[in-house]
This record gives sequence, C-alpha cells and structure tokens, in this order.
Amino acid sequence: MRPPAAHPSVRLRLRRTLAALLGAVGLAAAQAEDLGGGGTVLVPAGEYLPLIRSKDEPERVPVAAFRLDVRPVTNAEFLDFVRTHPQWRRSRISPLFADQGYLDDWAGDLELGPKAPADAPVVRVSWFAARAFAQAAGKRLPTTAEWERAAAAGFTQADGATEPGFKATVLAGLTRPSVMPLPAAGSGRANAFGVRDLLSLVWEWVDDFNTAMVTGESRGDTGLERNLFCGAGAAGVRDPSDFPAFMRAGFRSSVRANYAVPNLGFRCAQTP
Amino acid sequence: MKHHSFVRYTAAALAGLLTAALPVTLASEGTVLATTGGKALAADLPVEIAVLTEAPNVPPPITRRHVAKVVVNLEVREVVKRLADGVEYTFWTYGGNVPGSFIRVREGDFVEFHLNNHPTSRMPHNIDLHAVTGPGGGAASSFTAPGHSSRFSFTALNPGLYIYHCATAPVPMHIANGMYGMILVEPKDGLPKVDREFYVMQGEVYTGGRHGEPGLQNFDPIKAEDERPPYVVFNGSVGSLVGDKALQAKVGDNIRIYFGVGGPNVTSSFHIIGEIFDTVYLEGGVTPAQRHVQTTMVPAGGSTAVEFKVEVPGTFILVDHSLSRAFNKGALGMLKVTGPDNQLIYSGKEVDEVYIGQASDAGFAASKREAELMLAKEKAIAANPQIASITRDIQFERGKKVFLTSCFACHMANGEGLPAVFPPLAGSDFLKADKDRAIKIVTKGLSGPITVNGKSFNNMMPPQEFSDDQVADVLTYVMNTWGNTFGSVSVNDVKRVRAENK
Repeated sequence: MRPPAAHPSVRLRLRRTLAALLGAVGLAAAQAEDLGGGGTVLVPAGEYLPLIRSKDEPERVPVAAFRLDVRPVTNAEFLDFVRTHPQWRRSRISPLFADQGYLDDWAGDLELGPKAPADAPVVRVSWFAARAFAQAAGKRLPTTAEWERAAAAGFTQADGATEPGFKATVLAGLTRPSVMPLPAAGSGRANAFGVRDLLSLVWEWVDDFNTAMVTGESRGDTGLERNLFCGAGAAGVRDPSDFPAFMRAGFRSSVRANYAVPNLGFRCAQTP
Repeated sequence: MKHHSFVRYTAAALAGLLTAALPVTLASEGTVLATTGGKALAADLPVEIAVLTEAPNVPPPITRRHVAKVVVNLEVREVVKRLADGVEYTFWTYGGNVPGSFIRVREGDFVEFHLNNHPTSRMPHNIDLHAVTGPGGGAASSFTAPGHSSRFSFTALNPGLYIYHCATAPVPMHIANGMYGMILVEPKDGLPKVDREFYVMQGEVYTGGRHGEPGLQNFDPIKAEDERPPYVVFNGSVGSLVGDKALQAKVGDNIRIYFGVGGPNVTSSFHIIGEIFDTVYLEGGVTPAQRHVQTTMVPAGGSTAVEFKVEVPGTFILVDHSLSRAFNKGALGMLKVTGPDNQLIYSGKEVDEVYIGQASDAGFAASKREAELMLAKEKAIAANPQIASITRDIQFERGKKVFLTSCFACHMANGEGLPAVFPPLAGSDFLKADKDRAIKIVTKGLSGPITVNGKSFNNMMPPQEFSDDQVADVLTYVMNTWGNTFGSVSVNDVKRVRAENK
C-alpha cells in the first residue's frame, strides 16, 4: 500500500500547472520533472525509415524533435493515476476500454502486491488506459515514427544499425521469454539519446499502433495485408533482415485497443 | 452416439461448408469476433476433444467411421530447453515441446481450433496448418497476442499428413525456434493397421555459437539467412532419440513413422541405416506411392509416412543421409529392435581373414611367406592338446548358440525330439552312425522315412542356410552334449561334404 500522505491529486495538479507554466516560458529542460519522476529527454529531429510502405509513401519520414520519457511508466505511477481517476480502476473499467486481463498482476484495485513491484513497468494496460494516463500527465503517447526514431539509436551511436553488436544484442533480448515479475523500469542501459529500456524490457503502446499494417483505401494498390504472414511477410519490406522491426510490427498488429497484455506497457511523449 | 446416422453427419458437415462461404457477421468488440453458420450446423455433430501427444508418440488410430466435431486446444509456450548436452536455447513451442503436439483427425471432421498463447510469451504467434483449405491456412484467424486465445474452425477436406507451423513474421525465426508440428487427417477408411507408430520431425537451429558451444545460445539471423545451421536435429534436440530415448520395437513388428521436416530451410534425405522402407507415402499423401525405398526426400514444410517390417534385432539408425548433418549437426536417432536373430536374413560377421590384394612381387613373396608362417603357427597351435581342447570348447559354445536359434524348435532344447514327429538327437544311433550324413542333412535337408533308435519317423527337415563354421559348430555341439560323445566336425569336413554334394 502507498502511504496515505501521498495526496496524489494535489501533487498531480501542481505538477501539471508547473509543467504548463515552465513550458510557456520556454524552460524545456525543467520539464524533466514529470508525473513519474523518471525524467524525459529530447530526441532531436531526424528521420524514420518505415519497415513497410506503399509505393506512394516516402522511404524516409521526417520526425520533428520531441521529448520522450527516459523509461516506461511504473506500477507506482499508474497506481497514483488510478487513485485520482477511479474510472480506470480494475473493478470499474468498462470492458470496452480493457479486457479481463487489465491490471491482473495487481493484488487489488489500489494494491500492487508481489507480482507488480512498484518500480517495475506497468503492464496489462490497454491502449485506452495508457492514453488516459498520458493525457492526465499532460503528455501523449509517442507515434510509431517517434518511437522507432528513438529506438533506432544504438548505445553509443545515433544509428544503431551501424553500431557493431547492437542488433544482435537487441534480438537476443527479444528472443528470451519475459521474466516475471519484471525488473525495475530504467535499469537497462541508456541509448545514445539517453532513453532506457526501449528494446527488450516490455513492448510499448504507440498512439497509432493500429496503422501498423492496415490495408486502407489509400493504399489498396499495394496489396498489403494487415498481418505479415509466412513468406508474404517479406514482400515490399525495407529490410527483410531487420527481425526486431518485424517483431515490433507483428506485435502491434496482433493487439486491439482494449487488450491488456502481460508484457505490454507504455511511456509518454511530449511535443516540446 | 454410434447409432446416429452417418448420412446426417455428412449432410451437416456439407451444410457447414456451404454456409461458411457466406459473409461473416462482425460482432461488437469483444471475445467473439465472428460467427458462421458452419458452427451452428456443426452443433449436431458428436464432439470429441483431440488427444494430443508429444513426439515420438502418436495418438491412437481413429476407429469411428463417421465425422465428428473435434476440439483442439493447443498452447504456445516460450521455454528454455536443452538443445544438446550443455547447450540451451529459447524454444518457441506448440505444447511445450519441439516438434509441436501431434494432432489426429479424420477426413471430413469439423475441427474447432483453439490457439492459446501463454501469458509469459514475449511474442504474438499464430498457426498455419497445411491441412486447412483457406487463406493463410488459419494464420490470420489465429494471430494471438501473449495471454490471449484465438478460435477458428475448418473442415478437414483432404486426407494426408500435414505440417503446421507459426506464420508470424519473421517466419523463418519462428520456425527455427521450434514452431512446427504435424496433423494427420486419416482417410475415411483409416490407414492400414501397423504394430507401432512413431512421430519424428527434423528441423534446423541457427545458434550464434558453433555446434556444441555451451551455454544459452541465441538465434543468429545471419546464419538463418545464409542457411548455415550449426544444428540439424530430430525432435528438437541432439540425442532426442538416442540411448534410453531410442524408438523401441520387437522383431516382426510392422512400423509406421510419420516423418516431417519443419525446416525452416533444409530438405531431408531421410534414411534408416539397415532398413528398407517397404512402403512410402510420398509427400504425406495417403496412397502408397513407392515400395522398397532406401532414402526418401522430404521437403521443408513437407512430410512422408514410411512403413517397414523389422526382421532382425539390433539398432537401426535414423539419419538425414546428407551425412554431415547426421555426423556433425545432430540429425541422428535410433530404433532399437529386440527379439531372436534370424541368421538367414543377416548373419553378422562370418569371416575376417588376410587379404593380400595387389602387391609388388617382393611384397607378394613376403606376404606369401607370412601366410605360410601363419598357417604353420595355426597348425602348431592346433596340434597342442591344451589349445585343441579350448578350441573345441569354444566351438561347442558357438554351436550351442546356433542350436538354440535354429534347431531347438523341433529337436527340443534337450535334444529329445518329439515322439513320432521329430527324431531325437540325444543318444541318437542315426546321428552317431554317419558324420558325413549329418553334415549333408544340415546343409541339404532331409525328407522321407528314417529309423532312429528303432522308431520310424517320416517328416521333412529344410536345408539350413548356415556358414561352414556354423555347421561345424552346431554338429560338434549336438554330438557332444546330452551324454553324446560322437566326435567332432571340422570346417574342412563341412567343405568336403558340401563339395561332394553339389
């Protein structure tokens, strides 16, 4: 149980006001103090190379500078959120917004318990719930382009693809089953932008997860399927050997917005 | 259930097929995403829960002769398991093992498939069953996030032995990590009855380390792309079918092996050392396609059922006859057959002697001289009464083995024979009277009336396909046991009598 003196609603409101004030006067660096206390970093403007694109889409998508949480949102932070937003508690959430696995690792509505350490990333949260948290924190979920832009950095170089051993380390992390209960968020090695645990601690929601491979009217000519199956999965792909990118894209297309998955969490982003 | 009309089931299944082709209705966001008329009509079918087995076991043959609704519950688990001694690997599995659980249904069955992805899985997974007629073989309908469960249904239209595998990108990685198995759709009238059925699958593992490098190994995407697997294994690990885990059978058994190749890349030249496949169901079909096959080619993502009768005891080695895979990479298993020898079919080693071959004159002379000296040495040894006694004892014991394999069934274990049917050997005046006649009877057989110890016998003894040594040994045995002291028979005696009776 959290100590009763937390007064989270007051704290939250204060923080949001402070953040807005600081933002207004252009003190971006001071925004590092956010809802969770994990800090944020500025990811400089750059490019995103989509794994899959139609003929009409550019090979390189420009990504404006944005701020990204250093680490995923923790159980303790999400507990603060559901205290002040009771409609997102496990017992009260509508099945439209989260399936029955929602916060299932928690011991109770307002109790974390042994399967959900306070400093571990919160998982089993739906896209709706993650979005609501971000909104309450005065932030938003990152887009696929932003998330992939941040995750493309290596540990020492801005482009991980050219960093020796980086891809192999990432893939090795992804092939192991999730360790439960999860280790503390932020304990992984920081990448070149200062972001931690992007690649192998938990999967993370992105705002536009469901555009991963949707066949829309506008791209009907590409013959893309929503899901990447079998050999067909490699057709029209940037780099068929980028297995981690396939795994992320595959994961995003396997979920629906109300899914609460055991190893799927989130972090927040902000437009500076 | 068994009194239900076969026609009714068939009609229900057909109606299910027809309605399944109609547009599906999308339900609101929830657990049930779509409903089809097929499901409702299949409600009339008797329901069975599919028996799933771990390799090398196969579920029992289907004895019913009507269609049923078969419910399959298959769980996907990502587990760290042994790949070889001291080597571990994170396998992605259907049912916790590689290959995945064996599924057995009957042609025409309506299969309700539940794919359950364990909450500890990191990846989403799905299943493409080659037995499914429909886009993706069920892959799109079974795409399942960790901690979720998907359901889809299909009618098993085509009989055959089919591979199933995960079809989630990157597919070669999902398959190389162990996500393959087989489903047998038995033809309506079943398959021929056999004594034993086994389930064996071949697949490659692309580890970062070389073959045998200890510790937990990672998947290496470069080796996969280049198709350079450090491991090619049967049933998921090196040694999965070796030692006390070998396949077991008895002499005389008819055996069927359901053999599949998960791949993802490498075709198998499937062969069993010391056996010939009596029947091969090529490419997993249900019609015997070829007989008397030594090695059958099985493609990645394909299968073959082979049948053969084991005639003699011993250990038979299953290999991919692309032999570096068997010798260096692990594609090796064993079938251990127990039971009596049949020296007519296989003798074991009969002769090991000096072979001079083509040599230079000097070398030839030296070899000739050496052979002469060896002969002189053997004569000297044979002339030594102590060694002669030991030699006779050895011959006696060898002869006893031959007798207990080929002779005792008629002449009985103590040589007493069967009154009026098979003559006795113990105390037999007939045997004592003529050594050469005894050799001739063993090598050429005997039919017609004879008199032994005053009693007449009129039967037929077939010629025995023994080597000269075996004839000498077995006769020496019967002439010197049960109180008989009739002398001994040498190999030269046998050669002489054979020559005289050509």
